[in-house]
Amino acid sequence: MSEVKIYARPVSWMPDVSSHYCPGCGHGIAHRLVCESIDELGIQNDTIGVASVGCSAMIYDYIDIDYCEAPHGRAPAVATGLKTVRPDKIVFTYQGDGDLASIGMGEIVHAANRGQNITVVFINNAIYGMTGGQMAPTTLLGQKATTCPLGRDEKVNGYPIRVSEMLATLPAPGYIARVSVAQPKYTIKAKAAIKKAFQNQIDGKGFSLVEVLSSCPTNWGMRPVESFDWLISTMMPYYPLGTFKDFD
Amino acid sequence: MGRVLMKGTEAIAEAAIQAGCKFFFGYPITPQNEIPEYMSAHLPEVGGTYVQAESEVASINMVMGGGATGYRVMTSSSSPGISLMSEGISYIAGSEIPAVIVNVMRAGPGLGGILPGQADYLQSTKGGGNGDYNLIVLAPSTLQECVDLTQLSFELAQKYRNPVMVAADGFMGQMMEAVEIHPSATRDDPADTTWGLGFMGERGGKRSHLHSLFLTPEPLEAHNRRLQEKYGRIKETEQRCETYHVEDAELLIAAYGTTARISRSAVNNLRAEGLKVGMIRPITLWPYPTDAFQALPDGIRHILVAEMNAGQMIDDVKVATNCRYPVSFYGRTGGFAPSVKEIEDECRRLLAL
Amino acid sequence: MPKGRVEIHEKYCKSCGLCVAVCPTKVLRISEKTNTKGYRPVEQFKEGCIGCALCAVTCPDAAIEVFKTEE
Ligand SMILES: Cc1ncc(C[n+]2csc(CCOP(=O)(O)OP(=O)(O)O)c2C)c(N)n1
Ligand code: SF4
Ligand code: SF4
Ligand code: SF4
Ligand SMILES: [Mg+2]
Repeated sequence: MSEVKIYARPVSWMPDVSSHYCPGCGHGIAHRLVCESIDELGIQNDTIGVASVGCSAMIYDYIDIDYCEAPHGRAPAVATGLKTVRPDKIVFTYQGDGDLASIGMGEIVHAANRGQNITVVFINNAIYGMTGGQMAPTTLLGQKATTCPLGRDEKVNGYPIRVSEMLATLPAPGYIARVSVAQPKYTIKAKAAIKKAFQNQIDGKGFSLVEVLSSCPTNWGMRPVESFDWLISTMMPYYPLGTFKDFD
Repeated sequence: MGRVLMKGTEAIAEAAIQAGCKFFFGYPITPQNEIPEYMSAHLPEVGGTYVQAESEVASINMVMGGGATGYRVMTSSSSPGISLMSEGISYIAGSEIPAVIVNVMRAGPGLGGILPGQADYLQSTKGGGNGDYNLIVLAPSTLQECVDLTQLSFELAQKYRNPVMVAADGFMGQMMEAVEIHPSATRDDPADTTWGLGFMGERGGKRSHLHSLFLTPEPLEAHNRRLQEKYGRIKETEQRCETYHVEDAELLIAAYGTTARISRSAVNNLRAEGLKVGMIRPITLWPYPTDAFQALPDGIRHILVAEMNAGQMIDDVKVATNCRYPVSFYGRTGGFAPSVKEIEDECRRLLAL
Repeated sequence: MPKGRVEIHEKYCKSCGLCVAVCPTKVLRISEKTNTKGYRPVEQFKEGCIGCALCAVTCPDAAIEVFKTEE
């Protein structure tokens, strides 16, 4: 009889650091999946991350790789610059839904449309987390936020944007998938998708984006377990999981 | 390459390639379109890449990412495009990333017009973006200087890990002149692996992290102190200025770029008439050549600032001279430059006072 | 049943309870201890862990390491 460690803290997760995320925040899970992918692909010394503006602005404190920051929404442009000069490196952005789908919609559409060989991890938590729970472009109809206290009203605020479906209409991007971290069974698939999005880049295939349905227990006003229940019951019907586009 | 007749914008582009710039990120805007056009045609010949960005917001951020690798990268635009880049320029300065930005200035405000202007003087020298930062700003007044300063800008950008702007105006960009363009001595210098992104392996697994975000006040203030110390060093060592007939001058024209060319002709004509007129021409708009202004002789009775704007450099002249001399302004806007005759007439008027 | 065990890095745990909720054998609970951050870290309070790692897969703070006993 022997004992083996089957699950360890990722090597690329900054040693001895505790994140600033609220308890149960999905960002931590998504970070861990990125770290696990980097570890398993053996690309820690060759990966350059681009941090965006949102709760994950400090992602560089948690993942031990080269890092550049980007102004709010501009991470895909910064990543384009990095990858253009260093095509031999693995470049990825990690962006929230306010960052990517509102102020940075132009940059993500055009990076995708160029088929830029980068990886995008897109965290959709249906809210502006960092600034205190304002309405995001992804906030669901009827969902309350601090700037739509009565709930999002399509007549005033329009409809929540399904980024993955929209980007999948473009010819250039290769891999677009929506995953979730609300339950281990989804998280295992999310990990596979994120790893694949990095592998695509290593293989020189082109643009890959993984939209991760995530939680913001603090601004949703829920306990962590409850927030994942809400994600499954309310977010997932509007944002169906799946692969919207794949190479080959 | 011997002396060749070239358009200003194309000379800038070729000078950049000869300086070892292999990556250009651009967005069309008149009057600088020949730069991205030239780059898209010629960068592939040297193994480089031209990327057409979706906006100036994107192009400056591509420059930020590209520059973060430590290699030579560049963008160019004109006034409204530079306004859009201001956020990115502030981040680039805050993250200490080398970058070269060419501004072929046109007349403003707003969309203004496509004709030449110098009305981005304050924007480029006093900020533009948020926070305490400075751009190094170089103002060529001949096409040879467009070439030389473009090449210098890459060296300064890397030396100080700071964005550098070549502030040319539409006349500089569109006129033709004979220039000589040589490869820079530093053109094949490797990127600095001590901080460049993508060299974590070369650093033995030590990562590099370029950022302007410091959520707590102590490190942010320390960061600002470091930046200010750097700007202080740049002020001490990088002031560049030309003086022309200042020794016995009674009236001094302060002008840069195209207005300095025009002023030089005015000085020559007035000197031929026996009038003691000279010129001081800042080449670095930031750092402002304060030392040269401080060293001006006492015999000067008046300084005339001449610009293609409504009077943006006048305060810098007053500060640089500690208001030792009366200072006045003559300028044109809308795409006009003051003519040689207009400047001569203004000089005669001032000398008759 | 396979046998396993978990090690909780108490200093990273934020007592979010996500691991407790997903553990199929219900061997985890929020403890009475307090860590340096003021959270009450999770503990494995009884035998029965099967080493499925679902808790680790869900932990946002990478606070859990999982061991499995192989015959
Ligand atoms: C130009 C600019 N505008 C606004 C902000 C303020 N701001 C910071 S984070 C943020 C929203 C981030 O939301 P999201 O991208 O959804 O990330 P989350 O915090 O939810 O993970 C905003 C609006 C900013 N930093 N910069
Ligand atoms: S505010 Fe929301 S998104 Fe931000 S760390 Fe807290 S739970 Fe996560
Ligand atoms: S999931 Fe992690 S952080 Fe949350 S209670 Fe369990 S061990 Fe602690
Ligand atoms: S490994 Fe499985 S059984 Fe063991 S504590 Fe974790 S979730 Fe429970
Ligand atoms: Mg969000």
